[in-house]
Amino acid sequence: MSTPVVQAASEQERGGRRPTAWRLLMNNRLAAAGFFVLATIIVVALLAPILPLHDPNVTSPADRLLPVFSEGHPLGTDHLGRDVLARLVWGTRVSLVVGVSAALLAAFTGSLIGLVAGYMGGRADNLMMRGIDMLMAFPYILLALAIVAVLGPGLLNALYAIAVVNIPFFARNVRGITLGLSHREFVDAARLSGKSHLSIVLTEILPNVLPVIVITMSTTVGWMILETAGLSFLGLGAQPPQADLGSMLGQGRSLLFTAPMISVIPGVMVFLIVMSINLFGDGIRDVLDPRLRAGTLSRPMAVTRLDRKEVPELDETARRSALAVRELETGFEGVDGIEMAVKRVSFTLRTGECLGLVGESGSGKSVTALSLLRLVASPPGTITGGAVAIGGRDVFALPEAEIASLRGGKMAYIFQDPLTTLHPLFTIGEQIAEAVRAHQPVSRRKAHEKAVELLRSVRIPDPEQRAKSYPHQLSGGQRQRVGIAMALANDPDIIVADEPTTALDVTVQAEILQLLQVLRRERGLALLFITHDFGVVAEICDRVAVMRHGEIVEEGETRDVLGSPRHPYTRRLIACVPRPGQGSAFLDAIRAMPAETEGAGIA
Amino acid sequence: MRHSADAISVTNLTKTFGGEWSLFGGRSHEIRAVRNVTLALKHGETLAIVGESGSGKSTLARMVVGLEVPTSGEMRIVGKDAAALRAEGPRAFGRVIQYVFQDPVASLNPRKTVGAILDTPLQLLKGYDQRRRRARAMQLLDAVQMPSDTLERYPHEFSGGQAQRIAIARALAAEPRILVLDEPVSALDVSVQAQVLLLLQDLRQEFDLSYLFISHDLAVVESISDRVAVMFFGEVVEVGAAEQLFRSPEHEYTKQLIASAPRLGTALEGSTRS
Repeated sequence: MSTPVVQAASEQERGGRRPTAWRLLMNNRLAAAGFFVLATIIVVALLAPILPLHDPNVTSPADRLLPVFSEGHPLGTDHLGRDVLARLVWGTRVSLVVGVSAALLAAFTGSLIGLVAGYMGGRADNLMMRGIDMLMAFPYILLALAIVAVLGPGLLNALYAIAVVNIPFFARNVRGITLGLSHREFVDAARLSGKSHLSIVLTEILPNVLPVIVITMSTTVGWMILETAGLSFLGLGAQPPQADLGSMLGQGRSLLFTAPMISVIPGVMVFLIVMSINLFGDGIRDVLDPRLRAGTLSRPMAVTRLDRKEVPELDETARRSALAVRELETGFEGVDGIEMAVKRVSFTLRTGECLGLVGESGSGKSVTALSLLRLVASPPGTITGGAVAIGGRDVFALPEAEIASLRGGKMAYIFQDPLTTLHPLFTIGEQIAEAVRAHQPVSRRKAHEKAVELLRSVRIPDPEQRAKSYPHQLSGGQRQRVGIAMALANDPDIIVADEPTTALDVTVQAEILQLLQVLRRERGLALLFITHDFGVVAEICDRVAVMRHGEIVEEGETRDVLGSPRHPYTRRLIACVPRPGQGSAFLDAIRAMPAETEGAGIA
Repeated sequence: MRHSADAISVTNLTKTFGGEWSLFGGRSHEIRAVRNVTLALKHGETLAIVGESGSGKSTLARMVVGLEVPTSGEMRIVGKDAAALRAEGPRAFGRVIQYVFQDPVASLNPRKTVGAILDTPLQLLKGYDQRRRRARAMQLLDAVQMPSDTLERYPHEFSGGQAQRIAIARALAAEPRILVLDEPVSALDVSVQAQVLLLLQDLRQEFDLSYLFISHDLAVVESISDRVAVMFFGEVVEVGAAEQLFRSPEHEYTKQLIASAPRLGTALEGSTRS
């Protein structure tokens, strides 16, 4: 919950290469239209005192109910002969002021409650939020009536009522985000830097919550203007002779059939204001939400976009091996062109072999693995070249349906943290059975039996009972066993394991590696093992390919690559791994190493 | 006096989470994260705490820097009783002991410049005037080998290794006697990890620090620490000099931990695990 907001902050400051907030807003046509309509209304309302308008409150019974476009009264006059245009402009002014003030008041109070409740947590949080819940459960009109009954009718009291009614929206939103933020490490760090609680809330947390407050405000202010009009319409807000959109509507109501324009005109105005604010607010939300901005919330296509300029011929080895990758190129579309993540990568995985793909963060190893079955999210991902052969067939030439049947069928994936890939609301037995049924036409019962059998094969004790557990009831190691069982569901030929043991403790890691090794031998699986850990590679892989900046810099038998690395980058990486028994000699060796700037080499 | 006193000494330290009576729910589930831990960090020493997730090592670290209050037990920081230190106000802890977090990016507020982040402890804990703060910030960046234009930039502009250097600079700003390093290199790539370890070793000399180094990576621990304490389910099961502990572990769990660590050597010896 908290992460997006913090990212929102950082994404904006990135500025530069990303489109600016203003440009993004203007790209959204509806939001831009909303912005311009709203700006026009605000300017006109602000200029009301100096515009050549009639006095909105001067009555002239002789000129009552003049039609629209009468001389001197472009929008006609009302039942007391007052100029409708003047009343509209002044009324809009009042409605806007009340709506915006109520929004500010509600935002301030609500955010304050939210910040305090979220930061303090525990009993204070509980108490405040239950109060907010009660406020929320109360019908707003009733609450407004009660406030007005106590304080008497009037615009200011209507304003209070509306502000109070809207406090929960802010309090709840802000509290949720504050709760997440106050357990973040930078808050602890600020405490250790000597900051007081007040100063932490104001200078560390508030700046990260501000985008949410702005978003909530932009989406509720229109609603508040509508509520103001509603209260005035009922005679609880603006008192005669003061003009206000709601009271104009109320007075026009009795003349709806004889002079409909008197109520239609303020009605249209309310409509325009609320619509423009909502459109503009939606635009602001889109701009401030980093996920929307990065385009990740737009639904990815079923397969990665393919834009191959040339298709490499598949050689004889490629046709005979379990998996062959030839000159694969994958990039991500950005503001200024495509950024390549995988550059002409080629490797071959023979049946029953384990190939390690090693590299540091950003080396393109995971993108390579996802590209094999066109699983890179698109947009922005695009495969711009190369070929992948599974069992001798070019995957990229296959129709989507066939690629879908390969996924989890002939080739299966195991990911780093099964907690994020398993569905929290289904038992693991159901999920494995679902994986079976996705590829095999078997009955539910058969699929469940198969699931239990798979759980047994990954050495989960008491599989019949365990199949009924939910993911959160299992330990990390057991969850990864479930992940492996799911990958095995349809007897794949190839398994791609993307950092499958990185999130696990060393003792558990050793067990999982051993399990993978046994399964590989039993089933003759080809294993593509992606990792950053040379120790793990040494344990499990027959061959290893070292990746850096999207390219394979060295490939060979594990023993050769680790024992006598040829490429200087590989040599450097291996030297940087401390070995058990090396002790403090390790740091001396690092000190003796020629310097390579961190940013240029690895980051 | 400083020579005789330990940098940190904890006696029978225990921390229990939960177990309170709530309004409707009855008594909540009780977790004993740290149980009767007795440990001492000598002055100028690096003491490593090794254990798996859930072993209570981070909770121990958070108590030592004052982010958590122990349920029972005694804790002395640089010879002073922790309760007395706490009574002196929230800043007393920060002046003698600082904490470096596992995830450097998460420990830096994304909306503040590095300059503002470094400025806080210099102002609040050291009370330096503005000119001195600025000069000191430059010195600190120099000590962690970062360029001086770092001050005007935001945390997200840096890679993980650079962000960890900034976080270390912030911890050093308070001029503490002790640094608690909670998995300071686990989130970093191996080549960056080696450089940060080297930096930490140099800084210990330069600033005359004592380190409490928390990690799950035995090889990393062996390369930097003088002594090692192994934690298992909230208890310290074995303490010893690093070299000796890794050569001849006594406790069953320590043996298992050492045997499980993946080794580069396996491939060279030609025997893969099966």
